[in-house]
Amino acid sequence: METLILLLALFVLALFLGVELITKVPPTLHTPLMSGTNAISGITLVGALLAAGADGSSLLVGALGFAAVTLATINVVGGYLVTNRMLAMFKRK
Amino acid sequence: MLDQANMQHWVSLAYLVAGVLFILGIKGLGKPKTAVRGNILSALGMLLAVVVTLLDVVNFELIIAGVAVGAIVGALMALRIQMTSIPQMVALLNGFGGAASLTIAAAEYYGKVEGDVGHIDGLVGQLTLTPGLFGAGFEGSVALLSIGLTVLIGAVTLTGSLIAFAKLQELLKGSFGLPGGPIGNGLLLLVGLAAVAALVVAPGNLAAMLVVIVAALVLGLFLVGPIGGADMPVVIALLNSYSGIAAALAGFILGNTVLIVAGSLVGTSGLILTQIMCVAMNRSLANVLFGKMAEGGETIDADEVYAGKVKSAQPEEIAMMLEMAKRVVIVPGYGMAMAQAQHAVRELMDAMEKRGVEVEFGIHPVAGRMPGHMNVLLAEAEVPYDKLVEMERINPTFEETDVVIVIGANDVTNPMARDAEGSPIYGMPILNVDKAKNVVVVKRSLSPGFAGLPNPLFAMDHTYMVYGDGKKAIIEMTSALNDA
Repeated sequence: METLILLLALFVLALFLGVELITKVPPTLHTPLMSGTNAISGITLVGALLAAGADGSSLLVGALGFAAVTLATINVVGGYLVTNRMLAMFKRK
Repeated sequence: MLDQANMQHWVSLAYLVAGVLFILGIKGLGKPKTAVRGNILSALGMLLAVVVTLLDVVNFELIIAGVAVGAIVGALMALRIQMTSIPQMVALLNGFGGAASLTIAAAEYYGKVEGDVGHIDGLVGQLTLTPGLFGAGFEGSVALLSIGLTVLIGAVTLTGSLIAFAKLQELLKGSFGLPGGPIGNGLLLLVGLAAVAALVVAPGNLAAMLVVIVAALVLGLFLVGPIGGADMPVVIALLNSYSGIAAALAGFILGNTVLIVAGSLVGTSGLILTQIMCVAMNRSLANVLFGKMAEGGETIDADEVYAGKVKSAQPEEIAMMLEMAKRVVIVPGYGMAMAQAQHAVRELMDAMEKRGVEVEFGIHPVAGRMPGHMNVLLAEAEVPYDKLVEMERINPTFEETDVVIVIGANDVTNPMARDAEGSPIYGMPILNVDKAKNVVVVKRSLSPGFAGLPNPLFAMDHTYMVYGDGKKAIIEMTSALNDA
């Protein structure tokens, strides 16, 4: 119960922090913001690793874990790389 | 050696550091100058989170295979994608993010079930399980609820994003939806939520899990099916938000702090962008999701607006006009991306600047197919980002602007949004290009934009239409200007 309330507090505070952070991002950077946050949402890789790395799982669970790792890795690698590629193009005169 | 409990503390602290790095990363995205560094900080946070998680892992085969496949696919996508197609890639990544959360939640559910009963014979059936399997007391029910909701949102994000991708890639043309529109979708959502509730009450109800998955997958299809065209930026931003929320919910299943923090940051980011897009179109989110463009209002006859009043000009004539100008503003829209004209536009800018003309770009928030799309395209064409001016800042300058060149944009310049009360787009903030001394519109024909309305701008006395392919027209203007 206590852990749950802690997690909930974390969640709510992170939402407020998110609002503060995101509203400061200028429209020019909204596309990299989206692909960059996309990469961050690949943090599900952490959960995927735990699911795929568990000992002695069945075929079903193993397949789900493998799918989760693959999908989350695409998000992480694809997201960060494409964001970096875009941001490198933003130059001042 | 560290014992297990001690180890767990260090892992948790590392997650905290990762969370801080994500926050610093997003903060870095607040300025073009610090953005690259921000993105790298955020990537370091990811690396840290992944490495400490691996300390907990016993079986590496599936992980190595999954990471290898994912890294290759992700890298190929990221390095080969054209900037005009970035919206498609982001849509696809949103979908994969949703799918990752979906599969994690499903793996967690089936893993726990199997851990208890040995093995499952099929995906339907009633096993005797208690919520206690998923956590002590109340926490078990919350974990189950989180599993159900993660599956629901993850699945909606997956299929919704695939439809968005197919539409942006023009694999799927036209719209489809359930009969009853929002009512049909609402019923599907209710079925999904009821199945989640059934799962929380009776965790052994395998059929309930299957119903959640199927209902949510179908709901995603029909949620995005009716939406298209200029409404795409809203959809992509919203799906971005969903993928974050799904990740945060997955954090509640696993009791994992870094998932919760990162997921909620992404969730709010998508929501804020959604809201910005809706405000920029003067429409509510419900209207974008369920409505077509506002119906009613008097129908305006295009012939009446245009008859005898539209002037066309050749690129060479426009070049003469540009030669005399002191200040020119270029207003790009999705048509510029379609015509791949961004490099040609940059060359025109160079030619004008060489002659001492002040050139800026006026960017409407919903220009393109995702938030900030025009800026990325122009940055790719090496237009300096300080020349890309947002709507609020460029609007007061139009009165001192000699020539505005509108290329591939329509509705966002329609003065009816400002002047014609009762028009379907009335109230939508627009770029006031009609206030400039001369307006040049580069466009294939007089066909209406997404709103389906004629644009009185085209019929104004100081407006000149340049018909034809945008890229070709701009190149001709540039060479005429260089020869002059």
